[in-house]
Amino acid sequence: MLIKVLKGRPISHGSGEGRALISTQPISFLGSIDPFNGMIIESGHELEGECITDRVLIFPFGIGSTVGSYVMYQLKKNTTAPVAIINRSTEPIVAVGAIISDIPLVDSTKPDVFKNINTGDRVRVNGTTGIVEIL
Amino acid sequence: MYLTQEEESVLEGEQGPTLQKAMEIITALGEIYGADSLVPVTSTQIAGVSYKTIGDAGLEWISDLDGEVVVPSILNPAGMDLERWQEMGIDASFAAKQLEIIKAYRRLGIRCECTCTPYHIDKTLASFGDHLAWSESSAVSYANSVIGARTNREGGPSALAAALIGKTANYGYHLDENRVPVITVQVECKLKGADYGALGYLAGASIGSDVPIFKLISQPSKTNLKALGAAMAASGAVALYHIHGVTPEADQYESPDNTLIIERSEIDDIFKQVCENGPDLVALGCPHYSIEELERLSRLLDGKTLNKEVWVCTSRAIKRSNPDVIRNIEANGVKVFTDTCMVVSPATERFNCTLTDSGKALKYIPNLCGVRTQLAHMHDCLKGGDVD
Repeated sequence: MLIKVLKGRPISHGSGEGRALISTQPISFLGSIDPFNGMIIESGHELEGECITDRVLIFPFGIGSTVGSYVMYQLKKNTTAPVAIINRSTEPIVAVGAIISDIPLVDSTKPDVFKNINTGDRVRVNGTTGIVEIL
Repeated sequence: MYLTQEEESVLEGEQGPTLQKAMEIITALGEIYGADSLVPVTSTQIAGVSYKTIGDAGLEWISDLDGEVVVPSILNPAGMDLERWQEMGIDASFAAKQLEIIKAYRRLGIRCECTCTPYHIDKTLASFGDHLAWSESSAVSYANSVIGARTNREGGPSALAAALIGKTANYGYHLDENRVPVITVQVECKLKGADYGALGYLAGASIGSDVPIFKLISQPSKTNLKALGAAMAASGAVALYHIHGVTPEADQYESPDNTLIIERSEIDDIFKQVCENGPDLVALGCPHYSIEELERLSRLLDGKTLNKEVWVCTSRAIKRSNPDVIRNIEANGVKVFTDTCMVVSPATERFNCTLTDSGKALKYIPNLCGVRTQLAHMHDCLKGGDVD
């Protein structure tokens, strides 16, 4: 089996494996995601109606309120969190949220994550080394 | 990023999981922004206090932490006056949650004087050249611009991480090269009172997150600077500004050619945005009033009859140390609340329209509370809805 490897920047430590869920649009954790069931509830978002729980969530970067960091913590406590996150270029809301919630996070992968992973691919993310493997 | 052996050991978890997480937050932000090392901070000011803003998610995180801050650390305003919340119309379930949040912060050794103007109550928290980790946008602006201290605009968790570690990552406004102005703002009319809030409201929307240097013909007071910076940090993301001949770092810089000119007519237009049926609440004290502003309010109130609710917010420390001024203000029917502000409190939501002397409140109350807001000078606010 050929395993494709992307190398990124490690931001939040730990490792996780799951099916990829890709959003080409940015995500605001406050208001766009229901912390009780992990559903994307933002009207008109390209992932509206999808569930992020146990997925490797891939999106360009976070937007919106800094309270988003705490919502990520709440997802983790409710066992509705994604298993790992890959950003094109992360920012403090998602980075801090991932760290306090023990969600592995890698960003700035080479080659580009959006050109090499499709929704549904099985992906392993190591947030300590920055290695992303497509299984 | 270079870490000392001790910093590395904290990151490895040798001093427990809370400090490990705190160090992970600081180093991750350092990585994102290209910091070369960590820098010790004199104090921290921590946002994420109002139950209205952080909710159960934030309360859970703070309650789960186990540690003690190592530098003086103080909280941002809460969602209510911690003692007189019933008078604000706050319901008991909100109050219980809010008090739980305060208790969780206190357990970490944080000073629970909830204020957006820590510089009014303790001058040792920030001096010229000090590195800080402050959160509240108007306090960040004041510390950087008026005091000449150095802080980025921290989120709640990153300020708390800095409080636990005593350090922050050395990037952004901690570095000389990011404190240089890139745009000149020229104002050729005289300014007074709430004009500075209107100016900040206009300038911030154009400037975004850049560093401006102002050329003014008026000489602003500390109160005026507070209002200007607070409004620019609300309508834009201005964390540092300079004013020629006024702020401590301004005179080492030339004015950039890139110039924004703000006219009297534009400032006047901000005051002309009025609600149809007039305001039913006057909200003063955003940011928290200083003793000078409270004394002025007290003088203005003498002999006036108020025809609507007037609320003023300040810090508990200022209220405690000036009982005569507060007594006179309250004797005239004004409510003086502490520990909170009209922007982060749900109390504002039951009104239809607020009248304020703050450019910051003018920006935030409509967005965060869904209440229409109009701007007026302090003396006009006390007259009612008729604005000169």
